[in-house]
Amino acid sequence: MTLMTNLEHVITADQHAELLANNENVMICCGRMGPMCVPVYAAMEELREEYPNVKFMDMLFDSPEAGVIRNAPECVGFMGLPFTMYYKNGKVVKATSSIQSKEQIKEILDENFS
Amino acid sequence: MENNYDVIILGGGAAGLTAGIYLSRAKVKTLILNEGMVGGQIVLTHEVANYPGIEKISGYQLALTMKKQAESFGCTIQQNIRISGIDLSGETKSVQVGDATYTAKAVILATGGRSRELNVEGEANFKGRGISYCATCDGDFYTGKDIIVVGGGNSALEEAVALTTYAKSVTIVHIFDHFQGFEHAIEAAKKNPKIKFLLNTSIVGFYGENQLERVKLKNLQDQSSRELPIDGVFIFIGYTPNTEKLKKQVLLNKNGEIPTDNSMATTIPGVFAAGDVREKKIRQIATAVNDGAIAAISAIEYIQK
Repeated sequence: MTLMTNLEHVITADQHAELLANNENVMICCGRMGPMCVPVYAAMEELREEYPNVKFMDMLFDSPEAGVIRNAPECVGFMGLPFTMYYKNGKVVKATSSIQSKEQIKEILDENFS
Repeated sequence: MENNYDVIILGGGAAGLTAGIYLSRAKVKTLILNEGMVGGQIVLTHEVANYPGIEKISGYQLALTMKKQAESFGCTIQQNIRISGIDLSGETKSVQVGDATYTAKAVILATGGRSRELNVEGEANFKGRGISYCATCDGDFYTGKDIIVVGGGNSALEEAVALTTYAKSVTIVHIFDHFQGFEHAIEAAKKNPKIKFLLNTSIVGFYGENQLERVKLKNLQDQSSRELPIDGVFIFIGYTPNTEKLKKQVLLNKNGEIPTDNSMATTIPGVFAAGDVREKKIRQIATAVNDGAIAAISAIEYIQK
Protein backbone atom coordinates (compact mmCIF):
# COMPACT_ATOMS: atom_id res chain seq x y z
CA MET A 1 0.00 0.00 0.00
CA THR A 2 1.18 3.52 -0.75
CA LEU A 3 0.00 7.04 -0.07
CA MET A 4 -2.07 8.87 -2.69
CA THR A 5 0.48 11.59 -3.38
CA ASN A 6 2.55 12.59 -6.37
CA LEU A 7 5.75 11.92 -4.43
CA GLU A 8 7.87 8.82 -4.89
CA HIS A 9 7.03 6.21 -2.27
CA VAL A 10 9.23 4.17 0.02
CA ILE A 11 7.41 0.87 0.41
CA THR A 12 9.80 -1.49 2.17
CA ALA A 13 12.55 -1.28 4.76
CA ASP A 14 14.97 -2.59 2.14
CA GLN A 15 14.03 0.25 -0.21
CA HIS A 16 14.55 2.66 2.67
CA ALA A 17 18.07 1.31 3.26
CA GLU A 18 18.88 1.41 -0.44
CA LEU A 19 17.60 4.97 -0.75
CA LEU A 20 19.82 6.16 2.08
CA ALA A 21 22.82 4.27 0.73
CA ASN A 22 22.53 5.80 -2.73
CA ASN A 23 21.52 9.39 -1.99
CA GLU A 24 23.31 12.10 -0.04
CA ASN A 25 20.25 14.15 0.94
CA VAL A 26 16.90 12.52 1.62
CA MET A 27 13.65 13.78 3.13
CA ILE A 28 10.95 11.21 3.95
CA CYS A 29 7.52 12.18 5.23
CA CYS A 30 5.94 9.21 6.98
CA GLY A 31 2.21 9.74 7.49
CA ARG A 32 -1.36 9.12 6.42
CA MET A 33 -3.71 11.04 4.13
CA GLY A 34 -4.83 13.23 7.03
CA PRO A 35 -5.08 16.96 7.58
CA MET A 36 -1.71 17.33 9.29
CA CYS A 37 0.12 15.21 6.70
CA VAL A 38 -1.36 16.32 3.36
CA PRO A 39 -0.04 19.92 3.56
CA VAL A 40 3.48 18.54 4.14
CA TYR A 41 3.26 16.33 1.03
CA ALA A 42 2.00 19.32 -0.98
CA ALA A 43 4.91 21.48 0.19
CA MET A 44 7.38 18.70 -0.66
CA GLU A 45 5.93 18.33 -4.15
CA GLU A 46 6.50 22.03 -4.71
CA LEU A 47 10.01 22.02 -3.27
CA ARG A 48 11.29 19.29 -5.60
CA GLU A 49 12.25 21.73 -8.36
CA GLU A 50 13.89 24.15 -5.95
CA TYR A 51 16.02 21.44 -4.31
CA PRO A 52 17.15 19.04 -7.04
CA ASN A 53 19.89 17.79 -4.70
CA VAL A 54 17.30 16.33 -2.31
CA LYS A 55 15.23 13.16 -2.74
CA PHE A 56 11.68 13.89 -1.55
CA MET A 57 9.86 10.69 -0.60
CA ASP A 58 6.89 9.55 1.45
CA MET A 59 6.04 6.37 3.35
CA LEU A 60 2.77 5.00 4.67
CA PHE A 61 2.84 5.27 8.46
CA ASP A 62 0.64 2.21 9.02
CA SER A 63 2.77 -0.14 6.93
CA PRO A 64 4.71 -2.59 9.12
CA GLU A 65 7.75 -1.68 6.98
CA ALA A 66 7.54 1.90 8.26
CA GLY A 67 8.95 0.64 11.56
CA VAL A 68 12.30 1.89 10.21
CA ILE A 69 10.96 5.38 10.84
CA ARG A 70 8.37 4.84 13.60
CA ASN A 71 10.95 3.08 15.78
CA ALA A 72 13.91 5.30 14.99
CA PRO A 73 15.56 6.66 18.17
CA GLU A 74 15.06 10.19 16.84
CA CYS A 75 11.28 9.61 16.94
CA VAL A 76 11.08 8.66 20.60
CA GLY A 77 8.43 10.91 22.13
CA PHE A 78 6.81 11.73 18.78
CA MET A 79 3.01 11.70 19.12
CA GLY A 80 1.88 13.70 16.11
CA LEU A 81 1.67 12.79 12.44
CA PRO A 82 3.53 13.00 10.18
CA PHE A 83 6.97 11.86 11.30
CA THR A 84 9.35 13.61 8.90
CA MET A 85 12.95 12.51 8.59
CA TYR A 86 15.89 14.29 7.02
CA TYR A 87 18.95 12.12 6.22
CA LYS A 88 22.43 13.17 5.11
CA ASN A 89 24.79 10.40 4.00
CA GLY A 90 22.46 7.87 5.61
CA LYS A 91 22.40 9.58 9.01
CA VAL A 92 19.40 11.37 10.52
CA VAL A 93 20.21 15.07 10.75
CA LYS A 94 16.70 16.22 11.72
CA ALA A 95 13.35 14.68 12.60
CA THR A 96 10.06 16.51 13.15
CA SER A 97 6.67 15.50 14.47
CA SER A 98 3.33 16.97 13.30
CA ILE A 99 2.60 19.49 10.56
CA GLN A 100 5.33 21.77 9.23
CA SER A 101 4.86 24.73 6.90
CA LYS A 102 6.73 25.07 3.62
CA GLU A 103 8.82 27.80 5.24
CA GLN A 104 9.75 25.55 8.18
CA ILE A 105 10.73 22.76 5.78
CA LYS A 106 12.83 25.15 3.68
CA GLU A 107 14.63 26.31 6.80
CA ILE A 108 15.59 22.71 7.65
CA LEU A 109 16.63 21.95 4.05
CA ASP A 110 18.78 25.08 3.87
CA GLU A 111 20.39 24.37 7.19
CA ASN A 112 21.22 20.74 6.50
CA PHE A 113 21.41 20.21 2.74
CA SER A 114 22.79 23.41 1.22
CA MET B 1 3.78 35.90 -17.46
CA GLU B 2 0.60 37.95 -17.70
CA ASN B 3 0.15 39.65 -14.33
CA ASN B 4 -2.96 41.78 -14.87
CA TYR B 5 -6.26 40.35 -13.72
CA ASP B 6 -9.81 41.54 -13.28
CA VAL B 7 -10.02 40.13 -9.76
CA ILE B 8 -7.41 38.79 -7.37
CA ILE B 9 -8.60 36.58 -4.52
CA LEU B 10 -6.32 36.32 -1.52
CA GLY B 11 -6.97 32.93 0.07
CA GLY B 12 -7.98 29.58 -1.37
CA GLY B 13 -10.34 28.15 1.23
CA ALA B 14 -14.03 27.51 0.68
CA ALA B 15 -14.83 31.22 0.32
CA GLY B 16 -11.95 32.00 -2.04
CA LEU B 17 -12.51 28.94 -4.22
CA THR B 18 -16.24 29.63 -4.46
CA ALA B 19 -15.53 33.20 -5.52
CA GLY B 20 -13.05 31.79 -8.05
CA ILE B 21 -15.69 29.45 -9.47
CA TYR B 22 -18.29 32.20 -9.82
CA LEU B 23 -15.89 34.77 -11.31
CA SER B 24 -14.19 32.43 -13.75
CA ARG B 25 -17.48 31.00 -14.92
CA ALA B 26 -18.57 34.59 -15.64
CA LYS B 27 -15.43 34.95 -17.82
CA VAL B 28 -13.81 37.31 -15.35
CA LYS B 29 -10.04 36.90 -15.37
CA THR B 30 -9.28 35.69 -11.87
CA LEU B 31 -6.20 34.81 -9.85
CA ILE B 32 -6.29 33.04 -6.48
CA LEU B 33 -3.17 33.48 -4.34
CA ASN B 34 -2.88 31.20 -1.33
CA GLU B 35 0.05 31.14 1.07
CA GLY B 36 -0.53 27.57 2.24
CA MET B 37 -2.14 24.60 0.63
CA VAL B 38 -5.43 25.38 -1.13
CA GLY B 39 -8.46 24.33 0.91
CA GLY B 40 -7.91 26.29 4.10
CA GLN B 41 -9.57 24.95 7.21
CA ILE B 42 -11.59 22.43 5.19
CA VAL B 43 -8.45 20.35 4.73
CA LEU B 44 -8.21 20.02 8.51
CA THR B 45 -11.66 18.43 8.68
CA HIS B 46 -11.58 14.65 8.64
CA GLU B 47 -15.17 14.25 7.54
CA VAL B 48 -17.70 16.81 6.35
CA ALA B 49 -21.26 15.57 6.88
CA ASN B 50 -23.28 18.79 6.82
CA TYR B 51 -22.48 20.23 3.42
CA PRO B 52 -25.76 20.18 1.50
CA GLY B 53 -25.90 17.81 -1.44
CA ILE B 54 -22.97 15.67 -0.29
CA GLU B 55 -23.75 13.10 2.40
CA LYS B 56 -20.17 12.51 3.53
CA ILE B 57 -16.82 13.61 2.15
CA SER B 58 -13.35 14.21 3.53
CA GLY B 59 -12.43 17.87 3.84
CA TYR B 60 -9.39 17.22 1.68
CA GLN B 61 -11.49 15.76 -1.13
CA LEU B 62 -14.04 18.58 -0.95
CA ALA B 63 -11.28 21.18 -1.21
CA LEU B 64 -9.68 19.39 -4.16
CA THR B 65 -13.03 19.21 -5.93
CA MET B 66 -13.63 22.94 -5.42
CA LYS B 67 -10.14 23.69 -6.74
CA LYS B 68 -10.66 21.49 -9.79
CA GLN B 69 -14.03 23.15 -10.42
CA ALA B 70 -12.50 26.65 -10.28
CA GLU B 71 -9.65 25.66 -12.59
CA SER B 72 -12.06 24.06 -15.05
CA PHE B 73 -13.59 27.49 -15.61
CA GLY B 74 -10.18 29.08 -16.20
CA CYS B 75 -9.29 30.36 -12.73
CA THR B 76 -5.54 30.63 -12.12
CA ILE B 77 -4.49 29.31 -8.72
CA GLN B 78 -1.12 29.71 -7.06
CA GLN B 79 -0.62 27.95 -3.72
CA ASN B 80 2.21 27.75 -1.20
CA ILE B 81 3.42 31.20 -2.27
CA ARG B 82 4.55 34.03 -0.03
CA ILE B 83 2.86 37.41 -0.37
CA SER B 84 5.40 40.13 0.29
CA GLY B 85 3.31 43.24 -0.35
CA ILE B 86 -0.29 44.36 -0.77
CA ASP B 87 -1.60 47.75 -1.93
CA LEU B 88 -5.37 48.10 -1.99
CA SER B 89 -5.56 51.90 -1.87
CA GLY B 90 -5.74 52.92 -5.54
CA GLU B 91 -8.12 52.16 -8.36
CA THR B 92 -5.70 49.42 -9.46
CA LYS B 93 -4.88 47.04 -6.63
CA SER B 94 -1.55 45.25 -6.49
CA VAL B 95 -0.13 42.19 -4.77
CA GLN B 96 3.58 41.37 -4.63
CA VAL B 97 4.70 37.72 -4.75
CA GLY B 98 8.49 37.42 -4.85
CA ASP B 99 9.65 39.36 -7.90
CA ALA B 100 6.22 39.41 -9.51
CA THR B 101 3.58 42.10 -9.07
CA TYR B 102 -0.01 41.13 -9.80
CA THR B 103 -2.62 43.81 -10.42
CA ALA B 104 -6.41 43.79 -10.54
CA LYS B 105 -9.41 46.08 -10.58
CA ALA B 106 -10.89 44.37 -7.54
CA VAL B 107 -9.66 42.18 -4.70
CA ILE B 108 -11.51 39.66 -2.55
CA LEU B 109 -9.94 39.03 0.85
CA ALA B 110 -10.61 35.43 1.81
CA THR B 111 -7.53 34.69 3.89
CA GLY B 112 -9.48 32.69 6.48
CA GLY B 113 -8.24 31.82 9.92
CA ARG B 114 -6.00 29.35 11.68
CA SER B 115 -6.20 27.29 14.86
CA ARG B 116 -5.64 29.48 17.85
CA GLU B 117 -2.84 28.48 20.18
CA LEU B 118 -2.72 29.02 23.93
CA ASN B 119 0.62 30.85 23.63
CA VAL B 120 1.82 29.72 27.04
CA GLU B 121 5.15 28.38 28.29
CA GLY B 122 6.29 25.16 26.61
CA GLU B 123 3.52 24.97 23.97
CA ALA B 124 5.88 25.27 20.99
CA ASN B 125 8.29 22.68 22.44
CA PHE B 126 5.71 19.92 22.76
CA LYS B 127 3.83 20.26 19.45
CA GLY B 128 3.78 16.68 18.13
CA ARG B 129 5.28 15.49 21.42
CA GLY B 130 2.16 15.58 23.53
CA ILE B 131 0.32 18.61 22.17
CA SER B 132 -1.99 18.19 19.18
CA TYR B 133 -4.56 20.25 17.32
CA CYS B 134 -6.06 17.30 15.38
CA ALA B 135 -7.88 14.44 17.10
CA THR B 136 -8.38 12.37 13.96
CA CYS B 137 -4.65 12.60 13.13
CA ASP B 138 -3.10 11.84 16.48
CA GLY B 139 -5.83 10.25 18.60
CA ASP B 140 -4.47 6.72 18.32
CA PHE B 141 -1.13 7.73 19.85
CA TYR B 142 -3.03 8.23 23.09
CA THR B 143 -4.65 4.80 23.37
CA GLY B 144 -5.06 3.95 27.05
CA LYS B 145 -3.66 7.29 28.15
CA ASP B 146 -4.92 10.25 30.16
CA ILE B 147 -5.42 13.36 28.11
CA ILE B 148 -6.81 16.88 28.30
CA VAL B 149 -8.97 18.66 25.73
CA VAL B 150 -8.83 22.45 25.99
CA GLY B 151 -11.86 24.48 24.91
CA GLY B 152 -15.61 24.75 25.32
CA GLY B 153 -17.02 25.09 21.82
CA ASN B 154 -18.43 22.45 19.49
CA SER B 155 -15.01 21.36 18.23
CA ALA B 156 -13.65 20.78 21.73
CA LEU B 157 -16.76 18.92 22.92
CA GLU B 158 -17.12 16.75 19.82
CA GLU B 159 -13.42 15.91 19.61
CA ALA B 160 -13.35 15.09 23.35
CA VAL B 161 -16.07 12.50 22.78
CA ALA B 162 -14.25 11.15 19.72
CA LEU B 163 -11.00 10.87 21.69
CA THR B 164 -12.64 8.62 24.32
CA THR B 165 -12.41 5.89 21.67
CA TYR B 166 -8.69 5.82 22.39
CA ALA B 167 -7.97 7.50 25.70
CA LYS B 168 -8.43 6.09 29.20
CA SER B 169 -9.71 9.45 30.38
CA VAL B 170 -10.40 12.84 28.83
CA THR B 171 -10.49 15.97 30.97
CA ILE B 172 -12.05 19.02 29.35
CA VAL B 173 -10.35 22.18 30.60
CA HIS B 174 -12.29 25.36 29.92
CA ILE B 175 -11.81 28.93 31.09
CA PHE B 176 -15.51 29.63 31.66
CA ASP B 177 -18.10 27.99 33.92
CA HIS B 178 -20.25 27.08 30.93
CA PHE B 179 -19.77 25.80 27.38
CA GLN B 180 -20.35 27.64 24.10
CA GLY B 181 -21.17 24.51 22.09
CA PHE B 182 -24.56 23.34 20.89
CA GLU B 183 -26.73 21.59 23.48
CA HIS B 184 -26.44 18.19 21.80
CA ALA B 185 -22.63 18.39 21.90
CA ILE B 186 -22.65 19.38 25.59
CA GLU B 187 -25.03 16.51 26.42
CA ALA B 188 -22.91 13.96 24.57
CA ALA B 189 -19.81 15.04 26.48
CA LYS B 190 -21.60 15.06 29.85
CA LYS B 191 -23.03 11.59 29.28
CA ASN B 192 -19.67 10.06 28.43
CA PRO B 193 -18.27 8.26 31.51
CA LYS B 194 -14.68 8.78 30.40
CA ILE B 195 -15.00 12.58 30.34
CA LYS B 196 -14.30 14.80 33.34
CA PHE B 197 -14.56 18.58 33.49
CA LEU B 198 -12.33 21.30 34.91
CA LEU B 199 -14.17 24.58 34.47
CA ASN B 200 -12.94 28.07 35.32
CA THR B 201 -9.49 26.69 34.65
CA SER B 202 -6.71 27.44 32.22
CA ILE B 203 -3.42 25.79 31.29
CA VAL B 204 -0.51 28.14 31.93
CA GLY B 205 2.46 25.87 31.19
CA PHE B 206 3.56 22.60 29.57
CA TYR B 207 6.48 20.64 31.04
CA GLY B 208 8.45 17.45 30.38
CA GLU B 209 11.74 16.10 29.12
CA ASN B 210 11.54 14.53 25.66
CA GLN B 211 7.75 14.65 25.62
CA LEU B 212 4.91 16.26 27.53
CA GLU B 213 4.64 14.94 31.08
CA ARG B 214 2.63 17.50 33.00
CA VAL B 215 0.76 20.79 32.75
CA LYS B 216 0.32 23.67 35.15
CA LEU B 217 -3.35 24.49 35.76
CA LYS B 218 -4.63 27.79 37.07
CA ASN B 219 -7.96 28.04 38.85
CA LEU B 220 -9.42 31.30 37.57
CA GLN B 221 -11.72 31.73 40.57
CA ASP B 222 -9.23 31.59 43.42
CA GLN B 223 -6.09 32.11 41.23
CA SER B 224 -4.44 29.00 42.72
CA SER B 225 -2.09 26.87 40.59
CA ARG B 226 -1.23 23.20 40.56
CA GLU B 227 0.57 20.74 38.33
CA LEU B 228 -1.18 17.74 36.80
CA PRO B 229 0.62 14.74 35.24
CA ILE B 230 -0.81 14.17 31.75
CA ASP B 231 0.05 12.21 28.60
CA GLY B 232 -1.37 14.57 26.02
CA VAL B 233 -3.28 17.78 25.40
CA PHE B 234 -5.55 18.54 22.43
CA ILE B 235 -6.27 22.23 21.89
CA PHE B 236 -9.51 23.42 20.26
CA ILE B 237 -9.98 27.04 21.22
CA GLY B 238 -11.23 28.50 17.98
CA TYR B 239 -9.58 30.39 15.21
CA THR B 240 -7.72 33.62 14.74
CA PRO B 241 -8.18 35.56 11.47
CA ASN B 242 -5.27 35.75 9.01
CA THR B 243 -5.19 39.53 8.72
CA GLU B 244 -1.64 40.38 9.81
CA LYS B 245 -0.73 41.52 6.28
CA LEU B 246 -3.95 43.51 5.90
CA LYS B 247 -3.64 45.68 9.01
CA LYS B 248 -2.58 48.84 7.18
CA GLN B 249 -4.82 48.17 4.19
CA VAL B 250 -8.33 47.63 5.46
CA LEU B 251 -10.41 48.37 8.54
CA LEU B 252 -10.33 45.58 11.12
CA ASN B 253 -12.45 45.11 14.23
CA LYS B 254 -10.98 44.48 17.69
CA ASN B 255 -10.72 40.74 16.92
CA GLY B 256 -8.76 41.38 13.75
CA GLU B 257 -11.73 40.48 11.51
CA ILE B 258 -12.85 42.50 8.48
CA PRO B 259 -16.27 44.19 8.75
CA THR B 260 -18.34 44.18 5.54
CA ASP B 261 -21.81 45.13 4.38
CA ASN B 262 -24.30 42.62 2.98
CA SER B 263 -22.61 42.71 -0.41
CA MET B 264 -19.31 41.69 1.27
CA ALA B 265 -17.88 45.15 0.47
CA THR B 266 -15.29 46.56 2.85
CA THR B 267 -14.77 50.27 3.44
CA ILE B 268 -12.38 50.42 0.46
CA PRO B 269 -13.93 50.61 -3.03
CA GLY B 270 -13.20 47.47 -5.03
CA VAL B 271 -12.17 45.45 -1.98
CA PHE B 272 -14.45 42.69 -0.69
CA ALA B 273 -14.07 40.13 2.08
CA ALA B 274 -15.47 36.62 2.39
CA GLY B 275 -15.33 33.62 4.69
CA ASP B 276 -13.82 33.21 8.14
CA VAL B 277 -11.76 36.39 7.86
CA ARG B 278 -14.96 38.42 7.82
CA GLU B 279 -16.70 39.78 10.92
CA LYS B 280 -19.57 37.35 11.46
CA LYS B 281 -20.99 34.92 13.97
CA ILE B 282 -21.34 31.59 12.18
CA ARG B 283 -18.28 30.04 10.56
CA GLN B 284 -19.16 26.99 8.52
CA ILE B 285 -18.23 25.75 5.04
CA ALA B 286 -21.77 26.63 3.93
CA THR B 287 -21.47 30.21 5.19
CA ALA B 288 -18.03 30.61 3.59
CA VAL B 289 -19.46 29.43 0.28
CA ASN B 290 -22.30 31.93 0.70
CA ASP B 291 -19.84 34.76 1.30
CA GLY B 292 -17.68 33.75 -1.65
CA ALA B 293 -20.58 33.72 -4.09
CA ILE B 294 -21.85 37.12 -2.91
CA ALA B 295 -18.37 38.67 -2.97
CA ALA B 296 -17.81 37.39 -6.50
CA ILE B 297 -21.07 38.79 -7.81
CA SER B 298 -20.42 42.11 -6.04
CA ALA B 299 -16.93 42.24 -7.55
CA ILE B 300 -18.35 41.62 -11.01
CA GLU B 301 -20.83 44.49 -10.53
CA TYR B 302 -17.98 46.72 -9.32
CA ILE B 303 -15.63 46.10 -12.25
CA GLN B 304 -18.43 46.48 -14.78
CA LYS B 305 -19.43 49.92 -13.48
